[in-house]
Amino acid sequence: MVSQRVKILIVFVVLAALAFIVPNSGSFVVLLATRAMAFAILAMSVDLLLGYTGMSSMGQAAYFGVGAYLTAVMVTKFHIGMGWDFWLVVVLGILIGCALAALFGLFAIRAGGVYFLMITLALGQCVWGLAYRWNSLTGGDNGINMTGRPQFGLDLSNEVTFFYLVFAFFAVSMLLLYVLVRSPFGRSLAGIRERELRMQILGYNTWLHKYIAFIIAGGFGGLAGVLWAYTNGHVSPETVVLTTSVDALLMVVLGGAGTLVGAAIGAAIVFGLREFLSTLVPWWQYALGGVYVLTILYLPMGLMGIPARFRQRLTSQGNDQASKKLVSKPS
Amino acid sequence: MKNKMQKLMMGGCLALGLGLTAPANAEELRIGFIAPVTGIFAQIGKDMTDGFQLYLDQHGGKLGGMDVKFIVEDNQGKPDAAVTKAKKLILSDHVNMFIGGLLASTGYALAPVSTAEKTLYISSISSADDLTQRELSKYPYFVRTSWTSSQPEQPLGQWACDQGYKKVITIAADYAFGYESAGGFQKVFEDCGGKVIQKIWPPLGTKDFGPYIPTIKADADAIFTVMVGPMALQFPKQLRGAGIKLPIAAGGTSYDEFVLPFMGDEVIGDVSSLHYSAAIETPANEAFVKAYRTKYGKVPSYYSENNYSTAMWIDEAIKKAGGKYPGPEAFIKIMQGIKLDAPRGPVSMDDMRNPIENVYIKKVTKMKMFGYDKDELWNKVIKTYPNVSQFWTYGKEKFLAQPVYSNTFPPCKFCE
Repeated sequence: MVSQRVKILIVFVVLAALAFIVPNSGSFVVLLATRAMAFAILAMSVDLLLGYTGMSSMGQAAYFGVGAYLTAVMVTKFHIGMGWDFWLVVVLGILIGCALAALFGLFAIRAGGVYFLMITLALGQCVWGLAYRWNSLTGGDNGINMTGRPQFGLDLSNEVTFFYLVFAFFAVSMLLLYVLVRSPFGRSLAGIRERELRMQILGYNTWLHKYIAFIIAGGFGGLAGVLWAYTNGHVSPETVVLTTSVDALLMVVLGGAGTLVGAAIGAAIVFGLREFLSTLVPWWQYALGGVYVLTILYLPMGLMGIPARFRQRLTSQGNDQASKKLVSKPS
Repeated sequence: MKNKMQKLMMGGCLALGLGLTAPANAEELRIGFIAPVTGIFAQIGKDMTDGFQLYLDQHGGKLGGMDVKFIVEDNQGKPDAAVTKAKKLILSDHVNMFIGGLLASTGYALAPVSTAEKTLYISSISSADDLTQRELSKYPYFVRTSWTSSQPEQPLGQWACDQGYKKVITIAADYAFGYESAGGFQKVFEDCGGKVIQKIWPPLGTKDFGPYIPTIKADADAIFTVMVGPMALQFPKQLRGAGIKLPIAAGGTSYDEFVLPFMGDEVIGDVSSLHYSAAIETPANEAFVKAYRTKYGKVPSYYSENNYSTAMWIDEAIKKAGGKYPGPEAFIKIMQGIKLDAPRGPVSMDDMRNPIENVYIKKVTKMKMFGYDKDELWNKVIKTYPNVSQFWTYGKEKFLAQPVYSNTFPPCKFCE
């Protein structure tokens, strides 16, 4: 087993490498990396629920959506968020994500498993419905356009500068979530995931723990939404649509639930395949579908489960001749 | 394990970085085209691309003497993806201009990209009214070669009034395109003395109109409807099935050539208005329909024609510019000076960068057309409103003083 310190070091090195490599690649890579990182924050918030608390939320796009719409409304209606007040929008985005999650959590946390999934799905669709129908605020199907990006000493309309900003948010989010899941609170969440009844018997208020985790995830969802709005310069109901939630969930499953890093890797792969491969070939959807199917068939732990899988192979190879034969035989 | 991971990630990043930056050829006209190639709108996206491609093929892959590099990008029908793809086209492919966008939301998402990147965006389908009306000043590098949603519906309001209809019910898809279409119809119809007595908004994508059809008021003279895609196929079938025989006057997308081949005989006699019909009897249109049908095996829709004539427009503009691309602002100026003789008829551009074009009132008719030997459904032109501007007869100032058409404007004064 690789020690925790080494793992952290790996993540740190990879992040540093990304910060160095991406800006020196093509400008389209910068754009894709920015989008993937903004979305990865949402995926990590899903991972906090799915991987660490055992709650599969199908409505995470709701918090993402309110964050994005808040940004667009602030910028276009109140002219807030294009200068130093960018940070105010960020804070408000996080708060509105938290607030909405606090409201939705009251309905959703009571249930578990597939019922939780259905309730979050329904609530997510409510937000989509609002975005779609509340024409005076959201512009309906047309959405809201923002022209330009904030400038406060930094000129964020420069894609590389903006990449560094999103990168910083991404890294800090990852760090915060990491600290959170390693904290006693995070441990209690894992306990709830494993056996909620036992945690209750031990005296934990599991409802409250889940509720708080839900709110925190909502906050990160809101943050991701704010960054997403600035990345695209346009917010529409398509941002809040069900597939956004599903995408986030699939990214987590693809990368490996309960690892945080897995969510980010999942986001990178999905964006890479969807946005990059689709510029090259028309059959990119098959590739993406194939990756999903193969992951679920052979890597139930996601891509982050590959090392464990390898170790398993190695040890079983040493012990068991029969399995070795099977492995080496081309099929 | 650690090395492997790192190598994988770094290798991936490098691979992404290479292969992307192709140098722009100075002699080439580089055109990016954004259309849904996958997803539910993929077939419409194909019509759009085919239309443009047909013109290129007919002219040896050249526009105005310049070799054209035509790059199609898939936006999956999503505005977010359209933004990414537009930026990819501009930053990596160094396109001179990008064209396309199907849905109004895509048009709204792409217009700011043109401003931010100072690159010409030609909206060849997307019809959101305000892009060439109240919000135009934000988008100096934006131009439209197609239509605004309300542009063909305003003449239809006049036509319905001229038919002697007094009371009309509107049933339109519940989103901006539906509002703008129905709004344009209602405004002109009521200004002419008619009354819209009921407005029904079924959600976009409704396939079962069961809950809506029984609420239709029996004392109406006609029904105005705006449907898109599968809704267009279901609505007339279910309406006639319910025994309602009121005449239909519809927005163009309810009966365009994209849905018409899949419709049954129950739609014969239904009227719709649009800036194109495949059954326009001009030599230019006949040649276009025949060439398109020979190549792609289907009758062109307005999605095809608008992109075909967009290519034609670029062709003329590059010719006028002396065989080179003069930059977005100069190019738009040249486009505005061109009077195009397109398959859809004469087209020119107003000072708000939207086309002035004929609007055709069309009746679905089963007939033989252009020497094809089978009886088929065609949108027979029964009246032509020549050179219709997006402001109809109101004039620019008066028109722009009113708010954009929505589900609350014009208000339904005669609804009970």
